[in-house]
This record gives sequence, C-alpha cells and structure tokens, in this order.
Amino acid sequence: MRCVLVGQPNSGKSTLFNQVAGYKAHTGNFSGTSVTYTESKVRVTGEVMDLVDLPGTYTLAGSNPAERETLKYLGSHHVDVIVNVIDASHLAQSLELTLEILDLGYPTVVALNMMDEAARYGMRIDGLKLQELIGAPVLPLIASKGRGIRNLFVTAQRFGEKQIIPPRPMYEPTIERAIQDIVQGLDGRRHTLNPQALAIKLIEADADNLDDNLKKMEIDSPDLLERIGRLQSEIRDLRGQDPIWVLSAERHVMAANLVRQVVELGNRQISWRDRLDNFLLHPFWGYLLLVTILLLFFEVIYGVGSALERPLLTVFNSLESTLIGLIGSETFIAGIVSGILQGVAGGVAIVLPYLVPFLLGLGFLEDIGYLPRVAFMMDALMHRIGLHGKAVVPFILGYGCNVPAVMSTRMLEDRRDRFLAATLATLVPCAARLAVVFGLVAFYLGPRIALGIYLFNLLTIAITGRLISAMLPEETPGLILEMPVYRMPTFRTMIQKAWFRAKEFVVEAWPILIVGSVVLAVLNYLDFADYLNILVRPFTWLLGLPGQTGVPLIFGILRKELSLIMLRQALGVADFSAALTHAQMISFTVFVVFYIPCLATLAVLRRELGYRAMLVISGLTVIIATIAALVARGFAWFFL
Amino acid sequence: MLLVEAEDDKEYKVIGFKGGKGILHKLLQLGFVPGDQVKVLRRAPLGGPVLVEVNGRMIAIGRGVAEKIHVEE
Repeated sequence: MRCVLVGQPNSGKSTLFNQVAGYKAHTGNFSGTSVTYTESKVRVTGEVMDLVDLPGTYTLAGSNPAERETLKYLGSHHVDVIVNVIDASHLAQSLELTLEILDLGYPTVVALNMMDEAARYGMRIDGLKLQELIGAPVLPLIASKGRGIRNLFVTAQRFGEKQIIPPRPMYEPTIERAIQDIVQGLDGRRHTLNPQALAIKLIEADADNLDDNLKKMEIDSPDLLERIGRLQSEIRDLRGQDPIWVLSAERHVMAANLVRQVVELGNRQISWRDRLDNFLLHPFWGYLLLVTILLLFFEVIYGVGSALERPLLTVFNSLESTLIGLIGSETFIAGIVSGILQGVAGGVAIVLPYLVPFLLGLGFLEDIGYLPRVAFMMDALMHRIGLHGKAVVPFILGYGCNVPAVMSTRMLEDRRDRFLAATLATLVPCAARLAVVFGLVAFYLGPRIALGIYLFNLLTIAITGRLISAMLPEETPGLILEMPVYRMPTFRTMIQKAWFRAKEFVVEAWPILIVGSVVLAVLNYLDFADYLNILVRPFTWLLGLPGQTGVPLIFGILRKELSLIMLRQALGVADFSAALTHAQMISFTVFVVFYIPCLATLAVLRRELGYRAMLVISGLTVIIATIAALVARGFAWFFL
Repeated sequence: MLLVEAEDDKEYKVIGFKGGKGILHKLLQLGFVPGDQVKVLRRAPLGGPVLVEVNGRMIAIGRGVAEKIHVEE
C-alpha cells in the first residue's frame, strides 16, 4: 500500500510525515522547504505502508520544481491513496489544490490540519458538511501534537484497499465538452492517470511543448495534437484567457463557494502574534532588532563553539602526539594516522561545535517564522546585487559556516539565482576564517583593521554580485513570499531538525574532509612542500608574500583555519611579526578570506549545483581573492 | 491604479496583472486572483516590498512585482 501526502507549503504535511516516520523530512515555517520527496516505510495501523512526502505545492500545474516533482511522482509511481493535508486557517486556497487532486481520480482522504489556528481566526469549520460536498472523507488533525493521526491513516488504508474514488469536480459545460472530446481522442491509449484526469491535464498543458510532452507520455498522435490545439484555442476565444487560468479561476470560485457553505466566521482573537510584526517589521525598530537578533545569534554560537573547540582540540592533539609517539614520527604510517586524526578532529572539534548550535538557532528562527520577515526587510538591498529578499538567508548562514549557506540556496526558484547566491555565500567569511582574521590581523594590527576587513568583504561581495548579475542579466523573478503566522516550535522538532541537517555534513562532507587530510599528510610526508610552494608561487609573488606561505594556503582549502595553524610551521616562527610585515599580514588574510572555498563547501557546491558550477565558483574565488588582496596590499602600502 | 500606489489599510479589488508567465503563475498559486480583495498592510523602506493581505493570507510582494498588479477601489 502506497500512501502519498500532498499539500500546500506550510500546511503541516512534513510535520505529519515526521510524526509518523521519525524525523526524515525537512520542515520549516517557510514555504518550499522541501523540493524533493521523502519515502519511508511506516506502521501506523498495524500494517506496513509506504508513506511518501511530496514537496509542498500550491497547484499541480508544473510550473516550478516542487510542482514538477509532484506531478512526475504521480505520473511514474503506483499510488494507492492520496492524503491531502490542508491548512484549515487558509481553507479557500487549500481547497483549490484539493479540487485539483480530486481531478486526478485517486482514492483521496482530506486531513483538516491547524484547526486550532483557524479557531484563533474565529473560523468554525463544519468538517462533515465539507465531506458531504466534496464526496471524500475529511478528518480533523493537529499534526504538531500528533492528534488525529491514527484515525487518518486507518481511513486512508481503508479507502486505498477498497479503491474508493471520490467524484471529480464538474466544470462549466464548455470545459466538460472539451474533456469528453479529448477522452475520445485518446482512443483508449493509456497512461498512469485515468482518461478524464489526463484530459484535464492536457487541456491545461502548455501549448509550446505539447508535442514533446505527448511523445514523452507515449500517447502522441496527429489527431490528438490537433484536437487539443483546437479545443485550447476555442476556450481561449470564448474566455479570453489561456485554459490553465480558466480552470484555475473555476476552481477558485468553487473553493470560495465551498468555504461559504462550511465556514462560520466569528470574532478574530488578537494575540501576540498579530502585534509582533508592529515591532519586528517596523521601518526603524525592525532593522535595529534584526541587527540585535543576528549579533546575539552569532555571539551565542561563537560562545558555545569556542568553549567546546578548545578542550576538544586539546584532546585530539594529545591523542595525536601519543599515537605518533608510539608509531615513530618519521614513518609513512604516522603521516596517514595524523591525516586521519586531523580530518576527524576537523569535524568533531572545529565544525560541529559551531554547526550544531548554529543549526539549532537557525531552526528556531526559521520555525518561529522570522526568516521570511528578514527576507521582507532585506529585499530592497538584495536587489542591488541582483538577487531578491529570500537570498539573504544564505548570507546570514555563511557567517557561521558556508556549508549550510550553500545548502539553503535550494529555496531560491531559479538556477541563476541559486548560482549567484551560492557564489556570494562562499565569499562570506565563515567562523573558521574569522579565526584567521582575528588570530592574525586583529591580534597584530588591532580590531579596527579586522573590522575594516569585514567591511571590505561586504563591499567586495556587493561588487561581485553586481558584476555577475551584469553578466547574467536575466531578471530575478522578484519577491513573492508568503508571510507565515508566528508559530512556537516544539523542542523536539528543533532538536530533530538540527540533527537532520548536521547529518548531511557528517555523511557527505566529512568523509571527503578525512580523505583530503590523508592525501595532504601523504604529500607532506613525501616532502612535497617545496613543490607546493612553487605551485602557488605566482600568487604569493604577486601579493608580495614569502614563498613558504604556499603550503598553508593549500592546506587552507582543506580547512580554512589550517592556513593560520600551518603558517606558524611553514614560517618557522612563533611570532608572526618576526616573519611578516603588516602589509603582508593584511594581503595574506584578505586572500584567505576569499580564495577557494574549503573542501566541505566544495563538496556541497558540487551536490547542489553540479561539478561544473563548483569549478567555476572556485575559479572565480581565486580571481576575486587575487584582486582583493592586491587592492588590500596597495591600501596597506599607502596608509600603513 | 497600481498596487504600489494603493493606500495602506484600505481594501482594493485586484483587476489584473501585467508581466511574465512566471510572476503571474506565482501570484495565482498564492490565491491572488483577479476579483480578490487586497489590502496593503505595511511597506519596507527604501523601495522595498509591500506586505499585503489577500484572502486572509499575508504575502510579501517585491516592488517590481507590485508595479505589475492593477487594482481598483
């Protein structure tokens, strides 16, 4: 038995899935947090069933990745029953999707979620009446508290077994005639959808690539193509709009009629949720609070992270020296052992102490509904660098760690925006690069110069953004983002969510980190240092740096803070000011801030955007780093 | 009249959209359909987006998009 969850973004669909399947799907109070589907075997009713969480989608028209994924899934898998999760507090829009689902002709059960929120809006919903009107079972659900789940799946199972299919909504006579006409034209050719559902989808289909799509579905014939084209233009002539909008407008009216019959409106309760925006979105206080919240956020992460990092590093360092002592420091094995240990330590002691608190805090800001507000406030600024408000999230994340920053570009609609946001996010100095800026520049030249580097970084990002968007002139689609109501997240979902995201690092980036460490340790053992220095010499020469800084720069690709740690070893001094001038410190640090993202970030870039984009971004960062470091060098020569 | 020119906290009727398929689609997805009532709740400063209420749902709409939505009183 395969049961598929379909619902609009923010309807609580993934929350329901996680309640049943354990934490596997990505949830958030932010529309479109999941764009791929998640499948799990669950046992709710005594029998095992395959439960599939499809990405949240407002319609089934196939115009964005989430919709396409949903349609593709339904078109290519056998589905026994659909559970349509709807947000009771936004009943009218939710029902538009429900009507579209009913068109498809699957056994369908409707889960009326968020009844508590609807009650706060003063809505009283007659579920039984709704059930009667749409002809499919409607069951109450409070997914976040786990109420109504068993009952929902018992019903879903029964309807799936008996294949009880609810009637589909009836459209205006012209549309109905067109549906019959196409069913005839299909002439018994089959697809996963039943003929009527297929006919509706074909009427709505985009005329431009209809031929290809029919071929893909293996139902093409000249007659069918001609028939669809004729019917579409008839509808267009009669109604003055493309068929897809005609059908969507009809569903809109039907849904509004349903709501009129089943909802009784009372008084809306005004609560803290409604007042909060008066402060958080205020044109002055809103920005002040934004800065305060972000500073506090980083303060806490930095505090927790550094408190954990030091003792953990001590443990690893002493472990390493003990082991090396046992093996003998000059052997090949020792090189490999210390490589492995450094890779493990990089994850346990340097990444996770910052990443975990960071993910917890981010999860909180996301679930409570603050991130869309940040996007709203920052939209105007982000437009100046060719992106829109939603792209502010990767930037905020980037200051903690570029890995989650790159992952979060997933929520942007188009590939150009994702590429641009990911490129710029990798230029944001993460916590590891903060260590270099502080350990070198702030320590030897004072905090003001360090702050200057941060401002210079922002300026460089802005310029890069403008340049790249001038080269990729395609207009960003503009911000259209649902502002969810504030919701208090539960402790359990926050923990599960942070773990879910941390796992992505542990499973996908960490192994690469360890392998990379071993490779570098081997190179080091083979005494490749001189060759490596020669390899990087063009850059170090251009920046006026000593040749020995080559190895630390290469190791910095592995883990950014290594470029500082290794620098001491490479230069053979304990006090950097003995080997480097102030100007050299500045150009070295600026170069480290911008050049090639660390290995973990590279791994994520490759996964999110592909191998080519990863190489392009790496190349770009080298160019940017060189120019920026030259500018900084000139500046230092002029003023210091 | 365009949505950007609408007064705050006043109900308007959406009469149509100008602009590409992408934007049109996204708006329709969010239940933003000609004939609906729309109300501007607040605006972000410096040419930022407007926050509107449509069918009980709050939607942030970028300035560029709001210049493509026609409304009437």
